[in-house]
Amino acid sequence: METLFFLIISFVAIVSAILVITCKNPINSALALIMTFFCLATYYVMLDAPFMAAVQVMVYAGAIMVLMVFTIMLLNIRVDSSKKHSHKLVFGSIIGFFTVLNSIIVIVKGRAALPTGPYSGEMIQKFGHTELIGREMFTNFLLPFEVTSILLLVAIVGAVILAKKKI
Amino acid sequence: MENLNSYLIMSAILFAIGTIGVLTRKNVIVIFMCVEMMLNAANLSFVAFSRHLGNMDGQIFVFFIMTVAAAEAAVGLALIIAFYNNKESIDVDDVSIMKW
Repeated sequence: METLFFLIISFVAIVSAILVITCKNPINSALALIMTFFCLATYYVMLDAPFMAAVQVMVYAGAIMVLMVFTIMLLNIRVDSSKKHSHKLVFGSIIGFFTVLNSIIVIVKGRAALPTGPYSGEMIQKFGHTELIGREMFTNFLLPFEVTSILLLVAIVGAVILAKKKI
Repeated sequence: MENLNSYLIMSAILFAIGTIGVLTRKNVIVIFMCVEMMLNAANLSFVAFSRHLGNMDGQIFVFFIMTVAAAEAAVGLALIIAFYNNKESIDVDDVSIMKW
């Protein structure tokens, strides 16, 4: 049953990912990308990571995609059919094909390490995923967490300066 | 939970589709969306490995990747708007001033 569910979600994810790169109108691409993000959130739920799924839906499907759709509508690009929409299709497809072929060979031939960490499925069930994430983030990863705030500050300043009339 | 390999193969397929999109499309916004898709494919394998190894570090990394992606979206879209104001176009072929 879970395998069937996984296959259905994979099918939807791949079809919407292909729609992202084939649609002529950027709005349709954005909507297909939102579908892909929801499929990834479903994967996170299946991997016992519900907090990551919630963050995925809120940050990616919510914030980032709203920003993109705003930009697309703000620019109001006229669709001109005279120019070609894509270039080097064969070259790009060959590169993508070899990427996926190489990855699949490595994945099938290789062998992952055995579980070593303390967080088993029972522990996630007992404490809850959010609590375990928070415990880890505010103890071992406190410095990167604080550095992230500086990164966000730089991004805010950069976005404000780039949005000025004359640069 | 499915086995690890199926998630990794799924992640590889999404990454490859994103690569094809970046290499073939001309619209800057679509290229940008494909980059987001590649970041998401990496996130999926991070979470799958994290669950497989019983180690939370991978999911913390996913958190940081999401932060970087949000910052990238803000700055990148501001750049696209600035580019559009100068050139009246969002075609990557028009960004060739620095080519010699």
